[in-house]
Amino acid sequence: MERVPILKIGDILLVSIQVDMSDQTAIQLQEDLAERIVATGCHGVIIDITALDIVDSFVGRMLSTIASISKVLDAETVVVGMRPAVAITLVELGLSLNGIRTALNVERGMELIAATRADDGDVAFDDEDADPTATP
Amino acid sequence: MTTGLDLGTPATQAIRSDEDVVRVRQLVRTTAVAVRLSLVDQTKLVTAASELARNTLIYGGGGSAEVTTVADGRRRGVRIVFADQGPGIPDLDLALTDGYTTGGGLGLGLSGARRLVDDFDIKTAVGEGTAITITKWSR
Repeated sequence: MERVPILKIGDILLVSIQVDMSDQTAIQLQEDLAERIVATGCHGVIIDITALDIVDSFVGRMLSTIASISKVLDAETVVVGMRPAVAITLVELGLSLNGIRTALNVERGMELIAATRADDGDVAFDDEDADPTATP
Repeated sequence: MTTGLDLGTPATQAIRSDEDVVRVRQLVRTTAVAVRLSLVDQTKLVTAASELARNTLIYGGGGSAEVTTVADGRRRGVRIVFADQGPGIPDLDLALTDGYTTGGGLGLGLSGARRLVDDFDIKTAVGEGTAITITKWSR
């Protein structure tokens, strides 16, 4: 069985799915990601599906499950790089990617996660230059 | 009902494991590219095939997918027959309802696959098995 690698970039875990995953590989990824979120304390997960030429109901459900698990573990998930044909097919299939945030590419995904963390007021703790007592 | 003439020999892929579901997707993709389905139609057909191959494995206890290139006048298409000797489907209308599942999935496999293809035909008998034939035509 193939395994999807998980890369850590700063406070973000990046998963770029490059293989046509079997269902077992997808389940393994779900478990690996949960462990890495806890082990690294990362607050963001970006799943890059640029290379996926289909997303069926099983993979769609996996993406939703990963988003839910991440949420419980205090991490935001953003799915990036969905192909137009995949988006069209997903909608016709009837799949709503519950709880999943999307962005067009990895860069925008990272911006989205940073913005979300900033809204939550957590960013000041991570940023050494920020002075929490400073007034605007 | 399915229409059209068969062209060429069908390619058959056994479905015994989830690695075989991946192989079915790859075989269908290659055939869809060969008959020049549009990218969106390729994607829809491969997605439908993935759902039905998984059903064949999980609900049918394994089986096979037979992929054939077909022609109808100027149109060309891909026809796939998913067959298993599993328990069959007792209530077809219910099984074709969005959200209905007996397997813990999302219940979109059968109903969703039907929406993604042009022709969809299902034959099932309790205790004997199920055969689902789908066709996607070039536009």
